[in-house]
Amino acid sequence: MEQRIYLDHAATTYTKPEVLEEMLPYFTRKYGNPSSVHSFGRETRKALDLARERVAKALNADPGEIFFTAGGTESDNWAIKGTALANQKKGNHIITTAIEHHAVFHTCNYLERNGFEVTYLPVDKYGMVDPEQVRNAINDKTVLISVMTANNEIGTIQPIKEIGAIAKEKGIAFHTDAVQAIGSIPIDVKEMNIDLLSLSAHKFYGPKGVGALYIRKGVKLQQFIHGGAQERNRRAGTENLPAIVGLGKAIELATQDIPGHSARLTALRDRLISGILSKVEYTRLNGHPTMRLPGNANFSFEFIEGEALLLTLDIQGIAGSSGSACTSGSLDPSHVLLAIGLPHEIAHGSLRLTLGDQNTEEEIDYVLEVIPKVVQRLREMSPLFNQQKGGQKHV
Amino acid sequence: MYSDQVMDHFMNPRNVGEIENPDGVGEVGNAKCGDIMKVFLKIENDIIVDVKFKTFGCGAAIATSSMSTEMIKGKSVDEALALTNKAVAEALGGLPPVKMHCSVLAEHAIKAAIEDYKKKHNK
Repeated sequence: MEQRIYLDHAATTYTKPEVLEEMLPYFTRKYGNPSSVHSFGRETRKALDLARERVAKALNADPGEIFFTAGGTESDNWAIKGTALANQKKGNHIITTAIEHHAVFHTCNYLERNGFEVTYLPVDKYGMVDPEQVRNAINDKTVLISVMTANNEIGTIQPIKEIGAIAKEKGIAFHTDAVQAIGSIPIDVKEMNIDLLSLSAHKFYGPKGVGALYIRKGVKLQQFIHGGAQERNRRAGTENLPAIVGLGKAIELATQDIPGHSARLTALRDRLISGILSKVEYTRLNGHPTMRLPGNANFSFEFIEGEALLLTLDIQGIAGSSGSACTSGSLDPSHVLLAIGLPHEIAHGSLRLTLGDQNTEEEIDYVLEVIPKVVQRLREMSPLFNQQKGGQKHV
Repeated sequence: MYSDQVMDHFMNPRNVGEIENPDGVGEVGNAKCGDIMKVFLKIENDIIVDVKFKTFGCGAAIATSSMSTEMIKGKSVDEALALTNKAVAEALGGLPPVKMHCSVLAEHAIKAAIEDYKKKHNK
């Protein structure tokens, strides 16, 4: 294989060298426990404080509102279960959407099995949540609204500010899973009326296994990980300091020029999208045409199956992902693709390509050369394509 | 996750296509589940002289289609009926557990094509 092109940045990103460089001393030289009184502890405590300040600055929050976790999944679990348990006297109803990441979706499913009621709001064909539907779903038992900032599969950016305003007006806690959004769209927790926000370092060129939960001052939330007094008694366990240092550096880098980064990726993304749609017939773009993450492209190619497509692309050096059942280990395709109204057979033929800061125009042009051939090859093997040839387009 | 044999049969599938005026055709699976296999047989004196397939499905579905059609080519109808999905999976150097149902698809498609042949020829 001459070249490998990584187009799966929504799955994870590489760690930037300058992030790694800041992390390294905290493995071998600065290894003190931040809870310790001695100088070893003090130097790591300082690093912990700096990381917290950097995250707070990126979100327009106060450092005292940032809590480090083991990643986006833990942050989501904590925000949702923590709010649900803290408000049991007030009510047992949660509002979320049909397109959340599994970390939110399955956490809500779990609460449903344990006496909570959950409303999963539908989305339109672009994957967009209607704030008025959020308002209409609120009842006197509602204790939490959880809507993701931007979708991980189809990239649709949600009207978070509008939903936040409704939550604030009604006095209901508002959580957003911003795991895919950090560094791609500007986040201001004050302006957007966000009470709880989940983020994860490895989605913006930081290390894996570390994330944070923003908890607005005054928001009621039960402790999730019990033990020692770390994180102001709210999240126990000795801090994963090298990773937290990496998270701090990564979020600082990711948010220093969001418009520039976003403009560069959007240009590449649109080159990819318009190229695919013009070169491959019986193809649709999933997600919103403009209100989408700058690095996200998601297509459905009719008559073929996504895993077969991924395998062939991989052999050609192109790394992507798919919402096909065959890639998920279950029999159903992605719940997100079904929620935007795709029939099963079209959802099976989906391909997600997510761009990052090292992708180039040359790479996109190579992808635009390869994909039409790969799709054609699989279609020629497909009994569905034959039946369709000469027939009506049904997208 | 796939063996070299699976990848070989996926990337270079044998017997892809259709047969004009086939003696038997079998189609199993459905698009909703994400896999469909269609098998075409040419049969002379109860011997499968030619076989072609078309498959909509994942890598394992295409590879098992290719391998199973290879395994019945030149065989008698009875021998082809005795082909099991296990034998196909073994010939491919094994399949991941979640993909075993793809090999069942191939077995069923071949059986359906032979049934179609028997029905058409009153056997």
